Amino acid sequence: MSIDGQSTAGPEEAGSPTAGTPGLRKAVIVGGNRIPFARAGSAYAKSSNLDMLTAALDGLIARFGLQDERIGEVAAGAVLKHSRDFNLTREAVLGSALSAETPAYDLQQACATGLETVVGLANKIKLGQIDSAVAGGVDSASDAPVVVSEGLREVILDLSRAKTLPQRLQILGRLRPKDLAPLAPGTAEPRTGLSMGEHQALTTAQWKISREAQDELAYNSHRNLAAAYQAGFFDDLITPYRGLARDGNLRADTSLEKLATLKPVFGKNLGADATMTAGNSTPLTDGASTVLLASESWADAHDLPKLAAVVDAEAAAVDFVHGKDGLLMAPVFAVPRLLARQGLTLADIDYFEIHEAFAATVLSTLAAWEDEEFGRTRLGLDGALGSVDRSRLNVNGSSLAAGHPFAATGGRIVASLAKQLHAKGRTDGRPARGLVSVCAAGGQGVVAILESL
Amino acid sequence: MTDKYAQLVHHGVGRNVAKKLGLPQPAALRRYQPGQPLITGPVLVQGNSADADNLAAELLSWDLDVRRHAVPREKLGAIILALDEVASPGDLEKPILTAAASLRDLAPGGRVVTVSRPASEADSPAAAAARQGIDGFLRSLAKELRGGATGNGIVLRQGVQATSASSLAALRFFLSGRSAFVDGQFITVSSASGEPARDVDQPLAGKIAVVTGAARGIGAAIARTLHRDGATLILVDVPAAGDQLAAVANEVRGTALQLDISRDDAGQRIIGHAAQRHGRLDIMVHNAGITRDKLLANMDHSKWSSVIGINITAQLRINEALLASEHFRESPRIVSVASTSGIAGNRGQTNYAASKAGVMGMVRASAPLLAAHGGSINAVAPGFIETEMTARIPFAVREIGRRLNSLQQGGRPTDVAETIAFLASDAAAGINGEVLRVCGQNMVGA
Repeated sequence: MSIDGQSTAGPEEAGSPTAGTPGLRKAVIVGGNRIPFARAGSAYAKSSNLDMLTAALDGLIARFGLQDERIGEVAAGAVLKHSRDFNLTREAVLGSALSAETPAYDLQQACATGLETVVGLANKIKLGQIDSAVAGGVDSASDAPVVVSEGLREVILDLSRAKTLPQRLQILGRLRPKDLAPLAPGTAEPRTGLSMGEHQALTTAQWKISREAQDELAYNSHRNLAAAYQAGFFDDLITPYRGLARDGNLRADTSLEKLATLKPVFGKNLGADATMTAGNSTPLTDGASTVLLASESWADAHDLPKLAAVVDAEAAAVDFVHGKDGLLMAPVFAVPRLLARQGLTLADIDYFEIHEAFAATVLSTLAAWEDEEFGRTRLGLDGALGSVDRSRLNVNGSSLAAGHPFAATGGRIVASLAKQLHAKGRTDGRPARGLVSVCAAGGQGVVAILESL
Repeated sequence: MTDKYAQLVHHGVGRNVAKKLGLPQPAALRRYQPGQPLITGPVLVQGNSADADNLAAELLSWDLDVRRHAVPREKLGAIILALDEVASPGDLEKPILTAAASLRDLAPGGRVVTVSRPASEADSPAAAAARQGIDGFLRSLAKELRGGATGNGIVLRQGVQATSASSLAALRFFLSGRSAFVDGQFITVSSASGEPARDVDQPLAGKIAVVTGAARGIGAAIARTLHRDGATLILVDVPAAGDQLAAVANEVRGTALQLDISRDDAGQRIIGHAAQRHGRLDIMVHNAGITRDKLLANMDHSKWSSVIGINITAQLRINEALLASEHFRESPRIVSVASTSGIAGNRGQTNYAASKAGVMGMVRASAPLLAAHGGSINAVAPGFIETEMTARIPFAVREIGRRLNSLQQGGRPTDVAETIAFLASDAAAGINGEVLRVCGQNMVGA
């Protein structure tokens, strides 16, 4: 990597009108690596976030020959994170085959963490601040932090400050039996007390998403993921880990009939209208993913492939606390804003990657975009945003089949989509565009557009 | 994977018991380490031919201690026996018996190397008898040598000088610790082509090499050895072995290419990767192989076809793609891993032996195709090698496999790797279409 490489952001790298903001150089996706995703409590039950992120990173290094390379910056994060992992990403770099002089930072934006690391690092590359980067994410629902109660925590901290025995005894006397029970992490929203699934159940009911439609989406996810494995699509995207070579949640032999037999697990207070099952919701999952980003000149100098460019991204948030919108509906607002900024419509997108937190999340999003009233009143459009061609949606499977280790999902999607777009661009002889949409806790969402190179 | 017996009979009680009972006492083999001397003592060059003189002069230029006549009771590192001018069986006696007088002075880990001409139909019957006689002589001598010493031969085709690049490369290989587990074998040098290595410790410097089946065992050892010798590596293994493959790749600073070599487009994928990352490919090592052992009476389609498909058909298909590629044009080298099972046969391995014998047939028939580009293709046939795979063989069978060779022990993956690295070097370009056994002179087979 040369110093020159950092400063030669010439006009030739400005690219096509949609390939980013004019005047900035391109940030390209070279490729990615992840470990297979495992259902919580299975193959990676004894693996920490640090173990898994390091493994994903080492697989990326091996794939692209980055041993001892000083990468511009590595950014990754985890949603369920131990306090000891305050420098998780830097520690993973130090444990990997990269140069120890590679800087790193942690980022945390719930399930959008992975995608946001891609966006942030791509922006640094576009600005010429760095030439290369690794974006990533990891999560372990198996090795989740278990914390002590607030009462016990206060007692411990006060004890550490106490100077005399009577003081210590007095502090200990405040302890109550209930303080000794550990607190496991939940996915409940702090401001509503509702779990993510219960929140989505409200949205599902609001948009009248049927059980059949959800099961069909889940079925397609498994079918597409299995077909992608069969075709060898993941041969250069995944490195096995701890005896697992494929996503543990994948059920290649599932059927609509089997999915139809599952009992609802969310929205049970809706009675017969409850539609969300374990089959059409993502399970708790362990896993890690990484994406190699670079400037074009860095990729060329290292004889590395350039799959796609990170064109643009948009974040959005909704007021789910007061019930104005559903918890996971922020991408519904982010996508039209992003498309408008890029002068694009849904019809200009070759592949859609809408993260399947729940089948109903994807279907609610599509329903909102197809709704005339919603388009006019909430999106400020003349009518509906439009329809997504289902044959272009999550074509290599998504979270319902692969699983969803929260912060690792963004990297999984970006690397797979970049590869898919690159192949499509080669076949069609014109750039192929892809849209990534990831919803997140706290009523947030991050979306991005990639374009093949 | 360790040979506990070999360790036991080297010390204290174990040594005494083994000696009294006449049990085999396998020697610790002299294996190559970068920077170590080529050989452990003076080299005696025996013979009166012009080639003998030329070789002695050449070895002097290697800074070796060279003797043209034995010095009584001086420990020797090696004896080179130039038998290239024998015209009738009667000519064998003098040089051989002269050398015999020095055998007791051969140091542990010593070497005997014959240099001779092949017996052919064009020879007079007497000359052919003499030349062929060397074969039986050397193989028997190798079985008599002890202390980790080995005996091997260089056979020079008509018109090839003993000081040709590949003849000298073969001699250096046999003298060095790289050939520790090669015993009782002949290397035929068929042409004068070959470039001597600029740096004998980095004979593969600047080369781009692919190794299949590189995630573990012999493949991982090949990767490490080629890396040590200066090559840049592309390591291939099935996606399911990707984690081990990545670990090896990071260790040798290469790239990991997860690929099922039995895919139709495997050759294209390999060339594509090499072209993208390095602009070309110089060395292809076909190491990936599987066993699906079953007596023929119980053999089924899946066991037969998977072994044939991966062990030989995939190599044929990949070679075809390589030979058609403009990226595999500059002195290209192919080295395939065969097996002594393919030479001697092995009960329960009809499928495997067919595939490995097939590799040898492929190598011979492909030699002219590679030669057209200044390249070469050869095979290495390992005997009993200590790997995870052989560690699973039942104890008694494993012990027999280990001891039934002249060195009374199993080889190590590095022994196979060293031979492959030698055949992949430009200095060995005059060796083409050959099969070289790395078996410690296994008692079974040729």
